[in-house]
Order: sequence, then C-alpha cells, then structure tokens
Amino acid sequence: MAEPLLAIDDLRVTFGVGRLHVAAVEGVSLRLGPGESLGLVGESGSGKSTVLRAITGLAPVAGGTIRLAGEPVRLPRGMDFYRTVQMVFQDPFASLHPRHTVDQILAEPLAIHRVADAEARIVAALAEVGLGPSYRFRYPHQLSGGQRQRVAIARALVLRPRLVLLDEPTSALDASVQAEILNLLETLRREFGLSYLLVSHDLAVVAHLCERLVVMRRGRVVEETTAEALRRGTVSEPYTRAMLTASKGFSRTPEPESG
Amino acid sequence: MTVPLVEVEDLSVAFDLPDGRIEAVRGVSFTLGRERLGIVGESGSGKSQTGRALLGLTARNGTVSAKRLAFDGIDLLRASERERRALRGSRMTMVMQDPRYSLNPVMTVGQQIVEAYRAHRRASRGEARKAALAMLHSVRIDQPERVMALYPHELSGGMGQRVMIAMMLITDPELLIADEPTSALDVTVRGEVLRILDALVAERGMGLILISHDLELVASFCDRVLVMYAGRIVEELNADALHDAQHPYTRGLIGCLPRLDRDSHPLPVLDRDPAWAL
Ligand SMILES: Nc1ncnc2c1ncn2[C@@H]1O[C@H](COP(=O)(O)OP(=O)(O)O)[C@@H](O)[C@H]1O
Ligand SMILES: Nc1ncnc2c1ncn2[C@@H]1O[C@H](COP(=O)(O)OP(=O)(O)O)[C@@H](O)[C@H]1O
Ligand SMILES: [Mg+2]
Ligand SMILES: [Mg+2]
Repeated sequence: MAEPLLAIDDLRVTFGVGRLHVAAVEGVSLRLGPGESLGLVGESGSGKSTVLRAITGLAPVAGGTIRLAGEPVRLPRGMDFYRTVQMVFQDPFASLHPRHTVDQILAEPLAIHRVADAEARIVAALAEVGLGPSYRFRYPHQLSGGQRQRVAIARALVLRPRLVLLDEPTSALDASVQAEILNLLETLRREFGLSYLLVSHDLAVVAHLCERLVVMRRGRVVEETTAEALRRGTVSEPYTRAMLTASKGFSRTPEPESG
Repeated sequence: MTVPLVEVEDLSVAFDLPDGRIEAVRGVSFTLGRERLGIVGESGSGKSQTGRALLGLTARNGTVSAKRLAFDGIDLLRASERERRALRGSRMTMVMQDPRYSLNPVMTVGQQIVEAYRAHRRASRGEARKAALAMLHSVRIDQPERVMALYPHELSGGMGQRVMIAMMLITDPELLIADEPTSALDVTVRGEVLRILDALVAERGMGLILISHDLELVASFCDRVLVMYAGRIVEELNADALHDAQHPYTRGLIGCLPRLDRDSHPLPVLDRDPAWAL
C-alpha cells in the first residue's frame, strides 16, 4: 500500500484524574490512504469524536502515535497541519461564529495562513459548495441548516486540505438536505482528491461515502470491515450486527443481544 | 356509534411575530382511535405544533383555531384552562425528544414519578412509590430502587427516555403523543424504547401519535401515517403502503435516503414544487 495519509497506532486518550478518570480511547489503530474515505461508527460515548479531536490536537493524548503522510504530528499542531487537515462538525450553528458574516468566517483561515488573493478564494469557495456570491455578507442565523453546513464545508476546504474530519456532518439535517450535502461531499472529494474520516451513527450514510469502516465500542475498535460487507450483511461482531438490524427500522421482535 | 378518541377538523396554528405572521399549521384534519398514528415531515412542517395544540401547549404568541378539536367527545376549544390542565396531566400526555430538558434536574427520578402519580390520584406516599416501582419495571429498568434515587443527569440517554415514558404513563393516559421520542438515542437503543411503547399501547389500549422526521421508522411502527409539508397534510397512507405513496413530496423523501440495499450516486434530491405549499 502507498504511504498512508493518516496512520494512528495504539492511540490512548484519558480525561480527568482520580474518581473522574475516563479512558475515552484505549488503543485505537487505523490507516487511511490518500483519496480514501474511512467511516467511524459506534454508540454514543464510544470515543469517536475523541479520536477526531486527538488528531487535531484538541484532546489529551496519553499514548500511541499519530502520523500524517509519514511524519509524527507535533504539539502544538503547526500551520502546516491545518493546511493538510480540517474538520466539519455536526452542528453548523454552534461551529460558526454568530456575529461573523460568511465573508469573515471564510476570510479568517486565509488571513492566518497569509493566503494571497483572499477575495477570489472566498467567492470560489462559496461557488464550490453551491452558494452564490449573494451569501457572502449574511450572518449564520440568516441561513438554513443546510446552508450553514455548506458554509462550514467551504471554510474547511478554503485552505485546500488533503484530509477532512467529518463529525456527524448531516445528523442535524433533514433527509432531503442530507442528500444534498452527501452529494456535495462526494463531488468535492472527487474534484480535489480528498480523504475523509467520517463519524456517523447512520450505517447507510457511512456505506454511501466510505469504502471501509471501523466499529468502535467503549474506546476500542471491535471490528474493521467494508461498505460492501455491510451491504451484503456479512459482518462478524454481534454489536455491528445489532446496529445493522436496528438500522432497518422498527421490528416487534427484539434484536439479538448486543452484548 | 362510539366517539373517536381524538377529532381534529380544520386545525390552524399561527404565530404573530414583530415582522409578520407564521402559519405553522394550516387546516389539518384527522381522527384517531385506539391505534398508532404517525406524523412525518421535515423540520418546520408543523408536526410538533399540531401535537401541542391538541394538548393545549401552544406558546402565548400563538393562535389556535379549528372547526372541531375534541378528546373523547370533550370539546377542547370550549374547555377552560383548568380543565385542559387536568386532562393533560392524566388522560392525555406527551413525551418529548430529550428527557434531560423535560425532567426536573433537581429532583430524583423517584420523587418526580411519585409526584406525577399523586397529582392525579389520591394515594399515600407508600402506594405511589409502589406504583412508581412497578411502572419503572414495566419500562424494563433493572434495579428500579436504585434508579429511583438517581438525578436526571445521572441517567444515560436510553434510560432517561424510559424514565420519561414511565412518568408520562403512570397516570394511565388514554392518549400519548410521542414527539421524536427516540431521535436522541443510539440506533441500538431506539428499537428497545419503541418496543416498550408498542407493548404499553397494546396492553392498555391507548391511542398513540408518534411524531418523527424518520419516515421509515414511523412506517414500520404505526398503522397509519400523515405526511405534513408546510403546515398541511399532503398525504395520508397506510403504513404498509408507504411505497405506494403518490405525492411527489412523500416519494422524494423516501427516495433521497441513502440505503444499504441500493447504492445510488448521486442521491436523488427533492425538487420542491412551490405548489406543494399552497
Ligand atoms: N472533555 C472531556 N472531559 C471529560 N470526558 C470527556 C471529554 N470528552 C469526552 N469525554 C468522555 O469520553 C468518552 C468518549 O466520548 P466521545 O468521544 O465524545 O464519544 P462519541 O463521539 O463516540 O459519542 C465519553 O465517556 C465522554 O463522556
Ligand atoms: N413560539 C413560536 N413563535 C413563532 N413561530 C413558531 C413558534 N413555535 C413554532 N414556530 C414555527 O412554527 C413552524 C412549525 O414548527 P413545528 O411544529 O415545531 O415544526 P416541526 O415539529 O414539524 O419541526 C416553524 O416554522 C416554527 O418556526
Ligand atoms: Mg461524538
Ligand atoms: Mg418538532
């Protein structure tokens, strides 16, 4: 395999001390190749967001290594890191500054990274996510949920990263808006050769966007499988199977024990 | 002929705001027996406001009008605020999406359920406590004694939602409105909570209105489904006939979901016809 874009080995993250000690991630390893997309699924509290936050330097790493294009990441993460890795969160309302216009939101990363020609880049970034120039001077509260998520994606892409970490990017959206955002993410990935690490509780969303996925439970990886296997229903972990059954809708007979 | 449990005819709910009027619900009609009715539609389509109007929980800046709004033959449009409050806590009730916002954070689970019980029934503390334990047991909470002593923030999402259901059902209501009761829960916990509701509805012969944005979920749970768009019911379906839906909105909602049994790229998107909102 070509050099992985992202290689995580035996990652451990702990919060708090003494009685408040939580081992949120306990020895997670994963690989993501250039242009590849990997899904991260599991019940809430299983450590998915913490893995993403550890990659960006926002969670306290207690052990293990994170390498980006072969190089161990440094603390604090440097400017070059954010040119390679960006993140999109579930709730676009919480992640966009309420008193900044779309223009200011997109200008900020460009200014920090001293990118020339910011004006043209902002207009282009909006066009890439399907928003016309008229959206430039609006505030987040003047946008619909789907439009806000488009702005968050534009902000993530404006520096032309290679890897985008997506934390439940469509969970707060209506199904029709989710379809638009998933199509957009797919187009952008093809156009710019992006890699995605996608956290989602929806197996169909993961199978739609990713070739492979990792199932987490209580801070550990319990299964690594493919979208193809999900579609065929040939997963091996009882917990993955329970998720698969549950995702098919309500059934009057209980699912097999999820352990 | 017996009266239906719920009669709604030409219900409208409008909100007056400084910059105009929002017509949240526009001419909605349906009746409900002791059955499971689903209301689906996208956010803002008027689902919650329909349920809230029925219970008398419309916000102050809202105006409710209808040709008829009745529960078990009782004309709700003429009932006093006191009568409606009495109905609300006992014979008709609502479970919301996130129990953490609906439970009182400074009271233990036990205190809250006991209080809910005693507010509607003459009972000693001991009797109420016994009823609360039995109710927690019936929503399949292990070690109900231990859970009675917990505060809401100490409950997991799935447990919080079951406690909420226990609290709402302790008065033995005839109508339960469940507004996105499982949307905040993990998929694997979702089925369990819905099966509890399902069994209680069947056992007690309750009427249930399940409000959700999740069409597939509602169709697999309910007998009948109302599809709302921009404040109106655009289609009514038997749950097992979901895939015979006629309205382009309903068909669009079904079509735009990614599915494990069908890999389509790009996903079909909804092409909204302005005429749907007329
Ligand atoms: N900042 C924090 N302080 C303390 N505990 C945390 C913090 N962030 C996450 N945790 C804990 O770590 C565990 C994993 O959380 P998270 O990664 O958010 O799970 P997921 O995204 O899979 O739902 C949980 O038990 C959570 O309570
Ligand atoms: N108190 C209020 N004041 C003004 N508008 C409101 C109020 N409550 C709800 N609305 C509006 O009513 C419409 C329908 O809301 P709702 O019934 O909550 O939708 P749903 O439950 O289908 O997502 C929305 O446009 C919403 O913004
Ligand atoms: Mg998370
Ligand atoms: Mg609602």
